[in-house]
This record gives sequence, C-alpha cells and structure tokens, in this order.
Amino acid sequence: MKKLMLGNEAFARGLFEAGCKFASSYPGTPSTEITEEVAKYDEVYAEWAPNEKVALEAALGASLAGARSFAAMKHVGLNVAADPLYTAAYTGVNGGLVIAVADDPGMHSSQNEQDSRHHAIASKVPMLEPADSQECKDFAALAFTLSEDFDTPVIVRTSTRVAHSQSAVELCDRTELPLREYVKNPAKYVMMPANAKGRHVVVEDRTEKLIAYAETAAINKVEDNGAKIGVITCGAAYQYAKEALGEQANYLKIGMTNPLPKQLFFDFAAKCETLYIIEELDGILETHCKAMGIACKGKEIFGCIGELNQSIIAEKLLGKTNVITPYPEQLPVRPPVMCAGCPHRGVFYLLNKHKVTVSGDIGCYTLGAAAPLTAMDWTICMGASVSALHGFNKVLGKSSEQKSVAVIGDSTFMHSGITGLVNISYNSSNSTVIILDNSITGMTGHQQNPTTGMNLKGDPAAKVCLEDLCRAVGIRRVRVADPYNLAEMEQAIIEELAANEPSVIISRRPCALLKTVKHKAPLAVDNDKCKSCKMCLKLGCPAISMKNGKASIDHTQCVGCGICKELCKFGAIVE
Amino acid sequence: MQTKSIMIVGVGGQGSLLASRILGNVLLQQGYEVKLSEVHGMSQRGGSVVTYVKYGDAVYSPTVEKGEADIIISFELLEAARWACCLKKGGSIVTSTQTLDPMPVITGAASYPEKIVEKLTAMGIDVTAVDALSLAEEAGSAKASNVVLMGVVSKKMDVDESVWQKALEQCVPARFLEMNKKAFALGREA
Repeated sequence: MKKLMLGNEAFARGLFEAGCKFASSYPGTPSTEITEEVAKYDEVYAEWAPNEKVALEAALGASLAGARSFAAMKHVGLNVAADPLYTAAYTGVNGGLVIAVADDPGMHSSQNEQDSRHHAIASKVPMLEPADSQECKDFAALAFTLSEDFDTPVIVRTSTRVAHSQSAVELCDRTELPLREYVKNPAKYVMMPANAKGRHVVVEDRTEKLIAYAETAAINKVEDNGAKIGVITCGAAYQYAKEALGEQANYLKIGMTNPLPKQLFFDFAAKCETLYIIEELDGILETHCKAMGIACKGKEIFGCIGELNQSIIAEKLLGKTNVITPYPEQLPVRPPVMCAGCPHRGVFYLLNKHKVTVSGDIGCYTLGAAAPLTAMDWTICMGASVSALHGFNKVLGKSSEQKSVAVIGDSTFMHSGITGLVNISYNSSNSTVIILDNSITGMTGHQQNPTTGMNLKGDPAAKVCLEDLCRAVGIRRVRVADPYNLAEMEQAIIEELAANEPSVIISRRPCALLKTVKHKAPLAVDNDKCKSCKMCLKLGCPAISMKNGKASIDHTQCVGCGICKELCKFGAIVE
Repeated sequence: MQTKSIMIVGVGGQGSLLASRILGNVLLQQGYEVKLSEVHGMSQRGGSVVTYVKYGDAVYSPTVEKGEADIIISFELLEAARWACCLKKGGSIVTSTQTLDPMPVITGAASYPEKIVEKLTAMGIDVTAVDALSLAEEAGSAKASNVVLMGVVSKKMDVDESVWQKALEQCVPARFLEMNKKAFALGREA
C-alpha cells in the first residue's frame, strides 16, 4: 500500500518497521514530528527528554540494554548532544543506535545555518542522507542494520525540504527483534584513558571498513545517462538537480555522506567531461573531491548560503531562466507575529516601556524582538538568556543589574536555563530572570515538557514546580505574576529589578492556542470613546488595527485577553 | 504528463495544511506522483506562509520557484499579490477576498495595497476572487475558508467530484465532515 507521508512520518514508520523499541528526543523544527509519530506506535516507548544531551544519553543506555534505540534533534540540538555523540562513537552500541538530525538551510525556523555533516566527520560516526519520504523510511531501517553490523551509532541527516515534504511511501510490517543480551565489558564501555586509547584504534579501523562498504553500497547510486555533465549530490539537492537537469547529466547520488568512498568518486569523475558538486550549505563532497585531486566546481558557483532550488541550478548550469512577471508595486512584508491573546505580549510591552535590556532566548517569545515591541537585545541559543545576562551584569554592575532581565520559556528553562540560574545564584550576580511559563513547548507545535505534568504519550507525569526549583538553587526572591494583569506584572518587574539580590519572576498563563484554554468573548471598540491615540497598537496585536481612523478589533482573532482594555485610557475598548 | 505546480498561500494559522492534504489526496487517487512541501511550527503563525503541491508522472523537487506555478490558491488578498510572481504565463489565481493587516500596516509603517484583484488581472492572470470567509461562516465556521477554496478550485480541475468527496472524508475529522462538505459545496457553486 502506498501512502502520502511527511518525511518525518516516514522516518518514524521506518523506525517502527525496523523494530525500534526506544525513542528519546527534544523537539526542534524540522525534526519534531519523527518522535511525535513514532510515539503513536504502542510497540515503541517514546519520550520527550529535557534536552538533546539527555535524550541521546538515554538512547545510548537503551542501546546498551540491547534495544534498537533512537534520538531525534535539530541541527543545533546536535551541538547540545555532541558530548555523548563523540564518545558513543568510541563505545559503539549493543542494540542499534540511530540519531536523526534535521538541518535547516534557509533558516525557516532556526538561529543559524550549520551543516551537521561536520559533526559526523569530527565524531567519526557514519551518516546517511535521504532525499524523499520513501528514503526516510528505508534509510532509518538501514541505519539500524549498519549500527549493529559496524558497532557504531549512525546519524541520519535530513533537511527542512525532506523532513517537511510529503511523498508516497510503501508500507511494510514491523520486524520484532529480541533484545541483544547486555554483557559487562568495561574495556568497551568505560571510557577512561586506558580503555579509550584502545577504542580509538577500533574507531579508525571501523572507518576503513565503512569506506570499503561505501564503495559498493546501494545507497551511493550512479545514474548514467550518457551525458557529458556529471553531478555529485546528496539529500534535497539531488531532487533540485534532477528537476533542473533531467537526463542532461549523469548523477552520483550519495546516500551515505560520511565516510565517503574514494574509488567510486574517481570512477564517476572519469566518465564526465565536467563535474559539478551540488550540495546545500558547506562544500563537504567538494572538499572530498578536491582533496583527492578530482577537478570539479561547486561552491564557486552555488555558494554556501541558504537553500538551493531547481531554478538556481538551471540558471547557473544551463543559462535557463523562468519568465517572471512581477507585481507592479512594493508590498508590505508579513513577518510572523505573536498570536492574539499570547501571554508573552504584555511582558514585552512592559519591558519596552521601561527600556529594560532584555537577554533573549529561543522560543515563540523571540518575536518580542520585532516591532512594535522591540524588547530584545540579543538571542543566541537555548538557555543563553540566563547565562549571558549573568556575564553582562558581572561586567557592568549595578547600573545594568537594575535595568536588565533574561526572558526564557518554561521548556527552554528546563532544557538549559536552570544551569545558568545556578550560576547566577552560586556566583551571585544581582540578575532578574523572567520565566515565561505558558505551560507548553510552544514554538515547535505544543509538546509536553517536565513542567506541564504530562508526558509525550499524553499520560499524567511528574511535574517540576518552577518556584520550588528556583528556590532550591538558592534564589530567595521567586514570585508568580499573571501577564494578562499588566498592573501586577509591572509592579513585579519594577520591584524585582530594584531588589538587591537575584530574583525570578514566573509569568504564568497558558498558551492561548492550547485546546484546554477557554477564550473570553472578543472585545470591541466604542467608536465614540476612541480618541485614535493608537496606544493599543503599541501591543502589536494582530487583532487590532485602525479602520476609518478609529481602532478596530477583528472578532475572528480576538480571544478577549483584555490587555488592550487595560491600556486604553479612555475606556473605549469594551466587552 | 509534465509536472504541474500549485501553491497554497496565506497567513500562518489559516489552515493551508488541511487544504494541501486534501489536494494531495485527490491527486494521489488520480494516480499521479505527488509531492507536497509544507511549513510547520507555531513560529510561522501570523506570517506569510506557502505550501507547494506538485504532481505528474515523475516529480523531483518539492518546491515551486518564481515563474513555475500553474495555479495559486490564496487565503488572503495581499498574499495573492505577494506570490503572483511565482505564476507561469497563463497561470491562474483562486483567492479569498479576505484581508488581514500585516504588522507594518497595523503599526502604520505601511498601508494595505489597494485594487489587488484589478492589478493581478492587469498582469494577465486569470483571477477568481471569492468571499470564502462569508461562505465558510454560512457553512458553519470561519475556519472552513480553506475547504470553500478547495470547492472553487475543484471546478477548475478535471477531476470527478466523487474523488474530492472521498478526499474530504479521508482528511477531515468525522465530527467536522458535514460542515466541511457544505463549505466545499458552497465553494463549488460560487
């Protein structure tokens, strides 16, 4: 039976069919749905871990116990999980261990554009790279086989256009596998220097064997069209190249991007008059060719920034351009915005009003940086709001401490904000942290986390109490405020900034999009009372705009949160 | 058959994912190779979003670039204008007449463009503009605008109505099926 499946859904299907028993991940676009989908199979235990390092370590433990195990993350998540990855490369596995990493060329939903293949090369772990949904399923299963045959974790790298595209997939049944027996083996699993020295030799030997495998592996596929142009490519770039060049080129489609074969490259190159390397982001395949003295062109034509597509390739290699009729005028941009009723909005309005320096973090609330709220000074990576604020305040002292905050979501705080707070407490900077607790992992599409009281499968779970946690690390001033109550929140911000010790404000109000949240009736503007002062527009609420010179509230969007009503000095916003 | 390309554009949260799934299901039933490319994540809400649907005998790239689309289905007028440059010569647009102010318009930094349908028509585009929001509300929910537009598009594609009905049954949750069937019918009649 053929079914249209998202790349991530097909990946999950591949894990299921291959007998995977354990999955632990932290959500991250575009990898999230793999774990959400695999959790739907009762045969697979699946969980959200607090972060990617924990997820990969849990999956490694499950592998040692003898199960086929899995962890998924986005590209920057692999940085967090890099520590266990580089040493799991030495220990190898018991049950197969597969890691999905999803890159985001073009940064649809990411803070950088890193190429995860560098991690595969540096950690000496094999990496597979599917180019459509069928391959997502097939490569997930193959990765388990390779993991067990070569005694190594295996990374499967996708990108946004593979993970979030749908194409037809042939479904198969699950193969149930017995657990592989765990045998105590300190020389293999206890990575202290004496043992690790021996394991490094094993890793290098394994890489040689993997290169030999790569020379004839079916997933490194030659398509000979008798053309003069040769293209070496992988992942989504293969699809773009095929669409642009069709049978005008021969293709070497690399399905295993680490380690790379040598003879296969030489043989392919020998048959082509001109060789192009078409790959997104960095020139990994190209560097491999050039290191072996194979003449080729790649990054000098295509660059390493953003996504590739069929038009770019057709234009650069064939000189073909599409006929384009532009719209006759400049159009206003439409950036993403905080939703109507978003509990973060009031906090950012107040931080902007009081000209507070805001150390930002990764989540929906990063949109607090956008106009008209413009209440964010920097955003780096998960957890950096808390730790960077500490360093900032240590250097600038009291003048900064009373005028700066960190903002971080509940899920991000559990991911890696808590360690930064320990540092604030331990090394005593007088910093103020606002935890934007909307009771869910919002940006990636509503995943449960350790503060929500529910697990991935939707069952009740232990619930971390943020207040107790903050107090336990030594913060004495911990208070909860409702971001829908602007006066209460403003008082909290003013008092905690003034306090002569570190403090935490928990801004608590569930995400307005949660199904469990009951919305109030939409508000409306009394045109007779509206003085057109545009104060309400300073909230940047997508439901409020000016119509015929007066403020107007779109009843289809408004959820009645009421912060515009609190702001209006003329009582013009009514129920 | 040469690959055909459809774009579904709108504002994040308007329901483009359901529309693309219905369309993909219809095309798969017709025996085509189908690829859809979607936008996921709450971070896209309120922003300009686009979903690609491609079908034919063999489809490679899941994306549609400027000058490549046969049809654009738009949930919002400004978005129809924004993506119009992606149409091929002779391409058509099916758009809702709904307007949603983007943040630069709300803050007063820009104004909402005027006479969009007229300007698109002047570009040589075959434009079908429908008040999908009112029809959806008539069917029972403003959220069914996406299915109203599918009804409008169904008239422009050479596919039997029963195939669309089957796709609706497979893609829409049972408790919303009747309402969506009504929305589809209203779109088809519009």
